[in-house]
Amino acid sequence: MKTYNRMELMISVAARILEDGRIVAVGTGAPCAAAMLAQKIHAPNLIMMFEAGGVAPILPTMPVSVGDSRTFYKALMATSMRDVMASTARGMVDYSFLGGAQIDAYGNLNSTMIGHDYDRPKVRMPGSGGANDLATNCWKILVLTLHDKRRFVEKVDFITSPGYLNGPQAREQAGLPPGTGPYKVITDLGIMGYDPLTCRMRIESIHPGMTVEQIKQNTGFEIGIADDLIETKPPTDLELEILREQVDPLRYLIGR
Amino acid sequence: MKVLQEGIGPLFTDPDPDNARQFFHKKSRALVNKLMTVHDAVKKFVHDGDYLAVGGFGGVRVPTAVLHEIVRQGRKNLGFAGHTATHDNQILAAGECFDRCDAAYIVGLEARGLSPQSRRYFESGKVKVSEWTNAGLYWRYQAAALGVPFIPARSMLGTDTLKYSGAKVVECPFTGKTLVLFPALYPDIAVVHVHEADIYGNARIRGTTIADQTLVRAAKRVIVSTERIISTEEIRNNPDLTKIPYFTVDAVCEVPYGGYPSNMAYLYFSDEVHIQQWLESEKDPVEHQKFIDKYIRNTKDFNEYLQLCGGLDRMVELERIERLIPEPDRFVEDLEAQP
Repeated sequence: MKTYNRMELMISVAARILEDGRIVAVGTGAPCAAAMLAQKIHAPNLIMMFEAGGVAPILPTMPVSVGDSRTFYKALMATSMRDVMASTARGMVDYSFLGGAQIDAYGNLNSTMIGHDYDRPKVRMPGSGGANDLATNCWKILVLTLHDKRRFVEKVDFITSPGYLNGPQAREQAGLPPGTGPYKVITDLGIMGYDPLTCRMRIESIHPGMTVEQIKQNTGFEIGIADDLIETKPPTDLELEILREQVDPLRYLIGR
Repeated sequence: MKVLQEGIGPLFTDPDPDNARQFFHKKSRALVNKLMTVHDAVKKFVHDGDYLAVGGFGGVRVPTAVLHEIVRQGRKNLGFAGHTATHDNQILAAGECFDRCDAAYIVGLEARGLSPQSRRYFESGKVKVSEWTNAGLYWRYQAAALGVPFIPARSMLGTDTLKYSGAKVVECPFTGKTLVLFPALYPDIAVVHVHEADIYGNARIRGTTIADQTLVRAAKRVIVSTERIISTEEIRNNPDLTKIPYFTVDAVCEVPYGGYPSNMAYLYFSDEVHIQQWLESEKDPVEHQKFIDKYIRNTKDFNEYLQLCGGLDRMVELERIERLIPEPDRFVEDLEAQP
């Protein structure tokens, strides 16, 4: 079996979660690589959508922008933001990958600001972009990120995109579409899901060589453990081969 | 409808459709030649204090030539629609051209990281900000283009994004669902870069159109910069390709490579090297202003900027990258490798 690095592991694991015949709204970077890998292994009919309007491209290389011409290379349609965002709003988009500088136990994401004075932020970040829209309307939200305490915090400084807000029924009470919400968080240490009763993040799978203790130490909130905790299967030779030779040959991501 | 919740963010523009109708009632419908220089278009149609919206997306189809001219002419106190704003945000922040912003996506350059100058500008307190989302700002353009005061959607519910926006939350009179009302946004001026246009402003965009078709219908005035001018005969032969109708447009500027260093679908890819130079220059504010002097303030027009960036040789290279044609040296090796 081949050796692998943490990005290769994370991308391979994320790819396995994406089912064939579904639609995933992706951006640039690792999520895009995960969707490409899934298409080349088990999900040839997984459809990628980009919020600028690219629908079902056959990506020749990794895009650098969510709107660049790779995002509609040999696509089925080059359309508009309205078309893609409306598709998510009427329930046609199954997954989206989102990220942020902070995530809390309920999967709420912050990509707007660090600090507590809105008018004078310590660090101003981009804001929602399309993330809030996708977190509102896509059925299952995935997060692909490195695991550290500064990112996994008890309380995010700003809720840019909704997770389960402050617990069970909170999304529904706020008026968000029923049945939507955070699904999995894939890090370099493990795979987290959410407890159906409490809506809090919990460890569901531990990557080879990692421990529950390590995850706890790198998480800034009390994190639960699933009863049926398993060990993540390492990337297969096939996954690594396709990832290295076809998905990211220039090692933009897996070289990090 | 009872308002259940409202954001504390300011509204920078008037959402009243009848006020907008008064404006559009008087807007010229004449088929007249609107071809002019970028200098004249900015001078005539972009005023201090105007609310500006920019077409394209991130590093894609950014109307760079017109934005440079806005900096060169020293426009100030603009309102700015931070919709998928990346290089446009960078340019306007370099010139400190705006003082209020509807922020859906600002400060960042997607996978390339954050712009230090844009960050400094927003963190300085010099810019009044209202939060939105990309779809949310799109719905705002859509409401304006439709001539209604708002569009209901579900984005932003439950979040701080809603709290710091200018939106209002109501109960749907049909279903009882909770809805966010996105107020119409009528920009004073929109700037869009396109592939082809005629002298009247009928324009074609290839690839994804992002929000541009709606944006030009929401804006009171529109400057279109185009890679090339085509005849009206050609427009009339393929009316299904027209994405922007002439009567929305006030000025047409012919600027080949006018979207550089952003990506223009099927023509040229983004110049990632030059964008990195921008980001590098922004680390030090003094160095950055020298950079802006060199590339924008002390150049007389966009062509001079293109020359500084490598001129036609560089453009040809970006065309090759866009069309996925292998590099010349590798090409020769490949040929030699064949039996």
